[in-house]
Amino acid sequence: MTLFSLARWWGIVLKEFLQLRRDRITFGMIIGLPIVQLALFGFAINADPRHMPTAVVLHDHSEYTRSFVTAMRQSTYFDIAGSLDSEEAARAALAQGRVQFVLMVPPGFTRELLRGERPALLIEADATDPAATGMALAAAGEIAQSVLRHDLRGPDSRLAGQPAPFEVRVHRLYNPEGNSQYNTVPGLMGVILTMTMVMMTGLAMTRERERGTMENLLATPVRPIEVMTGKIIPYIAIGLIQATIILLAARWVFHVPFTGSLVSIYCAALLFIAATLTVGITLSSLAQNQLQAMQLTMFYFLPNILLSGFMFPFRGMPQWAQYIGNVLPLTHFNRLIRGILLKGNGWWDLWPSIWPLLLFTAVVMAIAVKFYRRTLD
Amino acid sequence: MSDYAIDVQGLTKQFGDKRVVDGVSLQVRRGEIFGFLGPNGSGKTTSIRMMCGLLTPDAGSGQCLGYDIRSQADEIKRRVGYMTQKFSYWDDLTLRENLDFVARVYQMPDRRERVERTLEELGLAGRARQLTGSLSGGWKQRLALAACLLHEPQLLLLDEPTAGVDPTARRDFWEELHRLAARGISVLVSTHYMDEAERCHKLAYIAYGRLLAQGTADEIIAAQQLATWTLYGDGLVELAQTLRDAPGVEQTVAFGNALHVSGRDAATLEITLRELAQQQQRRLEPAQTTLEDVFIYMMKRSADNFGSGARP
Ligand SMILES: Nc1ncnc2c1ncn2[C@@H]1O[C@H](COP(=O)(O)OP(=O)(O)O)[C@@H](O)[C@H]1O
Ligand SMILES: [Mg+2]
Repeated sequence: MTLFSLARWWGIVLKEFLQLRRDRITFGMIIGLPIVQLALFGFAINADPRHMPTAVVLHDHSEYTRSFVTAMRQSTYFDIAGSLDSEEAARAALAQGRVQFVLMVPPGFTRELLRGERPALLIEADATDPAATGMALAAAGEIAQSVLRHDLRGPDSRLAGQPAPFEVRVHRLYNPEGNSQYNTVPGLMGVILTMTMVMMTGLAMTRERERGTMENLLATPVRPIEVMTGKIIPYIAIGLIQATIILLAARWVFHVPFTGSLVSIYCAALLFIAATLTVGITLSSLAQNQLQAMQLTMFYFLPNILLSGFMFPFRGMPQWAQYIGNVLPLTHFNRLIRGILLKGNGWWDLWPSIWPLLLFTAVVMAIAVKFYRRTLD
Repeated sequence: MSDYAIDVQGLTKQFGDKRVVDGVSLQVRRGEIFGFLGPNGSGKTTSIRMMCGLLTPDAGSGQCLGYDIRSQADEIKRRVGYMTQKFSYWDDLTLRENLDFVARVYQMPDRRERVERTLEELGLAGRARQLTGSLSGGWKQRLALAACLLHEPQLLLLDEPTAGVDPTARRDFWEELHRLAARGISVLVSTHYMDEAERCHKLAYIAYGRLLAQGTADEIIAAQQLATWTLYGDGLVELAQTLRDAPGVEQTVAFGNALHVSGRDAATLEITLRELAQQQQRRLEPAQTTLEDVFIYMMKRSADNFGSGARP
């Protein structure tokens, strides 16, 4: 008896494709879900939040510092909530989340400015949610370029040229990676794939059981590994379609930079899809019915969303949460896709996130085959 | 190779604390049509599933086509055609797609041809592209039989294949079974119908998970040693009431205008009935004990013995 027969396996693959094609609702969901999620999450992060509470710590007062503060307020990104008198007070305000930004003007700023020494203004930002701070910080940089043009007159106008007469130094707190808003759209790819892939395959086996066709399937010589992998194949195709939709949106709607190669992106996506599908098929053989399969899917989905670095910065999580996070495929996929898209990482840089995915897939597949019930007991 | 297509001993299966199949042993010879009878819930489906490796017996052992039912399920599956009680092909595939799937998983060499030929033979070539879910019950049954014959099995396990099928279709179905048996294919078929039971070479009767009788119809009838008489006339219901506790009478079964009265004590029964016939001016004739009389008799006795509590 052959351990794996391509002919039998192909029989399963064809059957699944045909059934999927006739299942309009599922098919619609597969295409609709990424679009809805992109619209929700994607545009939510792009909402470009404004009027964020900002405190100032002024160790130096002059018309220049006043102009800068006014320009910040006029940009509508910053609402000046008040003035604090020490750095400690500012840190506390940031830590407690009372303000999003603190502007610090060091002592002697005006004097150094007029001497042409290019002094620095410091903006401390609570960058926990990079989407919230990114645009505002960019605006602050532009203000620095333009604000003093009008104020520097007469003999001081020589300072008004390029580059700006002073520097804005940004300090992103709590999120040392300084993630940009581009972080979320690539992250969304893994989230959407996790959700649809696990859910669809989660139902694959329980559906056979509930319709009574499992008895027929079990009575044939098909082997567990053939059923498992055969049922997965059509969803790999579906996953790649979803990935493409998200990539198109990332590129043309959200203008995420594509630093790395498209081939790497698809390879990473393929690897992640495989890992996720094995989870789905395992849940499917563990669950007794479709309801249980859905519950198990949610049970799997939550830690993935919370602990993978998608919701919260990974390094900001407590150690135990990082341990859990490191077991989840979404964590590694997030690193892969961000690494490829934003940093242009090559295979060698990606390897630390690739082998965990490979290992995960192999282990989970082994569990799936072990738990596949070959009888109706 | 053994003479038996099925040879199992002491098959037992328990669900929870309910023993659904209890020590079932049966032998089906090659080329034989073997009828498996018993009331609903008596354990027929469970027994069949154990024979083809779909359920693991809690106790007992045996062989199917010479392969061990516990350890060689794979070999058995390739050589057995199993038709489930509930239609279990895919409703969202077309007829052709279902047959094609079956042909692929059994790795049939001339797949395409075989599928087309099967469709032709079924007279379904014109509806090959129709979704299976839209077929009527009779057609589904024919499709299921064709599908489980597609890989040329040596043994057919048919679980109530004719339930809910009209008499003409049933007759065609049984003719087909006899043609298959003539070609050397062994058939185990479970059924409720007495006329079907009579068309089997051999029979087994199961109730409450226990096999009560096994053999040819004549052997089963003879083994119960029942004498049976037929009473004719009106008012058979009242007559049956009167006879219930009469000496020698163990069972009455109404067949249209006739009442079958059976009992083991032939002499006492005869005296009782002759007296009654005399009194009521009824026609009384000695009768052949039928399979149905015997099955009802066995069923009742087993209910008295171990059915209490097992049946709602
Ligand atoms: N998987 C199962 N779990 C629990 N009880 C079962 C299961 N399958 C069958 N039974 C019970 O076993 C008894 C025998 O069922 P079955 O073998 O289907 O009888 P039959 O086919 O003769 O009608 C029934 O009472 C049924 O409820
Ligand atoms: Mg049954």
